[in-house]
Amino acid sequence: MSKPEFVYVTYIETTPQKLWEALTNSDFSKRYWWGTSVVSDWKVGSPFSLVLNGKTTDVGEILEADPPRLLSYSFRHILNEAASNERPSRVTFELEPHGKLVKLTLTHQDFAETSVILDGISKGWPAIMSSLKSMLETGQPLIIPFDALSIEELEEGTRS
Amino acid sequence: MPAMDEVFKALADASRRSLLDRLHVRNGQTLNDLCEGLAMTRQAVTKHLAILTAANLVTTFKHGREKLHYLNPVPIHQIGERWIRKFERGKLTALSELKRQLEQRDE
Repeated sequence: MSKPEFVYVTYIETTPQKLWEALTNSDFSKRYWWGTSVVSDWKVGSPFSLVLNGKTTDVGEILEADPPRLLSYSFRHILNEAASNERPSRVTFELEPHGKLVKLTLTHQDFAETSVILDGISKGWPAIMSSLKSMLETGQPLIIPFDALSIEELEEGTRS
Repeated sequence: MPAMDEVFKALADASRRSLLDRLHVRNGQTLNDLCEGLAMTRQAVTKHLAILTAANLVTTFKHGREKLHYLNPVPIHQIGERWIRKFERGKLTALSELKRQLEQRDE
């Protein structure tokens, strides 16, 4: 496997179970992910998708699932034609308890060379993780407006 | 947990900011990669990386036998929310209030 393109880490004052729930339950994900639903039964081999305003934006397959420790899925953005023709990349979440905190490590790797979604990914994940941390610790997500991220390639009026 | 103080302290140094800039240009570098072309000793780079890692601005990842350094902007987003957007909102409210008052005076 090639080296990951992105590795993001945040420490969240929560339990691995709650964090797992937040990563896999749409009621939670909608709150910290600009209204995005995470859809899957989270079993290895099952389909995975992200749905926003009734529209599927990203698809993949569950590659590893070991609750509440490890989750990995393949990932392909399908709203943009160039992106949807790329081979899928791979997203992995690792949850590691440290006393009162859980270390959440997100790696995103195996992108197609010159993938058109690199810019969007590099701006999106840090904002999502920051919002997720805030939601779990304070009950309030920190929604950085999607427009504020100025992601160039992907937006065609799908986010509101 | 890396407190915000540590993030600000880590950022308050030009050499450390230049290391972050280098990772922004190319993510996932070894210590050797990062030292290349820098007017800093390997020892100094190691020390700065330790401070950046403690502040969670840099994270390391084991890839085979290599230890790679990645830029981790999550704490910067948190600072943005806590220290920048909040004041922008205040400024915008003040501006719209000023506009309202000026327009009223014209009437």
